[in-house]
Amino acid sequence: MMNTLSIAVAAAQEPRMLPLGEAAATAVFGYCVVFFGLVILMTVLYITGSIFKSMDEKAKNASKAAETPVKSAPAAETKAEQPKAPGSAGHVKLHDVPDREAAMLMAIVADKMQKPINELHFISIKEVKD
Amino acid sequence: MDILETLKTLWTGSGFYSFMVDGGWKNLVMIAVACVLLFLGIKKKFEPLLLVGIAFGCLLVNLSYFGPDSSDALYHPDLWTNFLNPEHADYHSYGAILAHGGLLDILYIGVKAGIYPSLIFMGVGAMTDFGPLISNPKSLLLGAAAQMGVFLAFFGATLLGFNGNEAASIGIIGGADGPTAIFLTTKLAPNLLGPIAIAAYSYMALIPMIQPPLMRLLTTEKERQVKMEQTRVVSKTEKIIFPIIVAMFVILLLPSTAPLIGCLMLGNLWRECGVTERLSDTVQNALMNIVTVFLGISVGATTAANSFLNLQTLFIIVLGLTAFCFSTIGGLLVGKLMYVVTGGKINPLIGSAGVSAVPMAARVAQMEGQKANPSNFLLMHAMGPNVAGVIGSAIAAGFLLAVFK
Repeated sequence: MMNTLSIAVAAAQEPRMLPLGEAAATAVFGYCVVFFGLVILMTVLYITGSIFKSMDEKAKNASKAAETPVKSAPAAETKAEQPKAPGSAGHVKLHDVPDREAAMLMAIVADKMQKPINELHFISIKEVKD
Repeated sequence: MDILETLKTLWTGSGFYSFMVDGGWKNLVMIAVACVLLFLGIKKKFEPLLLVGIAFGCLLVNLSYFGPDSSDALYHPDLWTNFLNPEHADYHSYGAILAHGGLLDILYIGVKAGIYPSLIFMGVGAMTDFGPLISNPKSLLLGAAAQMGVFLAFFGATLLGFNGNEAASIGIIGGADGPTAIFLTTKLAPNLLGPIAIAAYSYMALIPMIQPPLMRLLTTEKERQVKMEQTRVVSKTEKIIFPIIVAMFVILLLPSTAPLIGCLMLGNLWRECGVTERLSDTVQNALMNIVTVFLGISVGATTAANSFLNLQTLFIIVLGLTAFCFSTIGGLLVGKLMYVVTGGKINPLIGSAGVSAVPMAARVAQMEGQKANPSNFLLMHAMGPNVAGVIGSAIAAGFLLAVFK
């Protein structure tokens, strides 16, 4: 196959008709090159992804360890983490906001931004108290 | 002043007169084609941002160019033929184009030099969130699979008698990526730029009609109903590193992809790095709009009747449709394979989004998934293969350029 490709490259100075066998080999080889390139990229992304995941976990563990004494302080207001809505586009955290109101707020924001709601990522909704 | 002689000169110099001599009827046909394209762009909203410009460019060139004697034409195909002829004195002479060309000849220099497609890619990069791809790198396989149409159409074009350069340019229509198709065609077969650009953009606009029947044909109801698990949240740092990694790996692998991938990833880095909001905003909006204006009108100008109305154009239209269909099929088949391998965790519909056409193809996957299961939200999952398709089609173009340039 490499032979076929090198023939094609060598003869590429002038546009010419390709024999069908050579065209088929070039097509198959080209498809393989695309796969090869993207598989390499996929591998790299998995490696970098796993590095970042482990870094995140370490950071989370560290912050949990740091939070523990804070939680025991009497002034700290603690609250169980809200369950994440199944099938939602993101993990929105609600702070003193009922689900119903949060849904309305997200719908209003999506409408104002002229964006489908599942393309938006809400991180948290918190009521601002005076 | 001889009034009669002046009137005669005005008449014989007019476009109306030219319609009646030496195949001028072909210009009338192309004017009708331009009007149809304008209708599709304005009324049917088929890729209007580009199609309206392309259609109007087509209209302008066919109103003003009736042959080599048309000195007042906005675009002169014969000047560009000389530009590409190694034996002509004006071979590769932009000076000759600037000296003798019309407005659209001058704007076309940006296409010929590969500037506009690369700048469009910069804008696309700045507008694209690669998060879904980073969180699910398997999407890249779907983006690769959906390049099948490129290589099948390439082979089909060879069968129909096109030379290697032309076949490669026709095949890339299957990448469903307009700037890539224009970029490759200007390098390999500039004589086919008009029909290829029009086929590429028209089929991209027709994706909501082309893909759904194939999606329903190749997938079962059960497969289409699959709800995919939410992918992990991607950190800002990962998003910043991603364009740098992709640029390094892809350009090192295929240096010919450097203009496209380089610009795509630079645009994305501006978007994600968080310290260049002004540049990101300019590239996404002002620059993208300016380049779209120039690209549309100058590509439309390449549809002069003499070079457009022939059997080759018909073949390109058919091969382009074939390429689109097979790219969709390729993505769907690998999607089905991943459905089996993962034990039904991947909805094969997202494979169809592996053809580029961002974000239209992902929206089609979302709509079909929701038809099968109203609580299904595939959009973000389909965006992964969708943006992978952009990289995949750039690699396919880079390969074809490396082989045939």
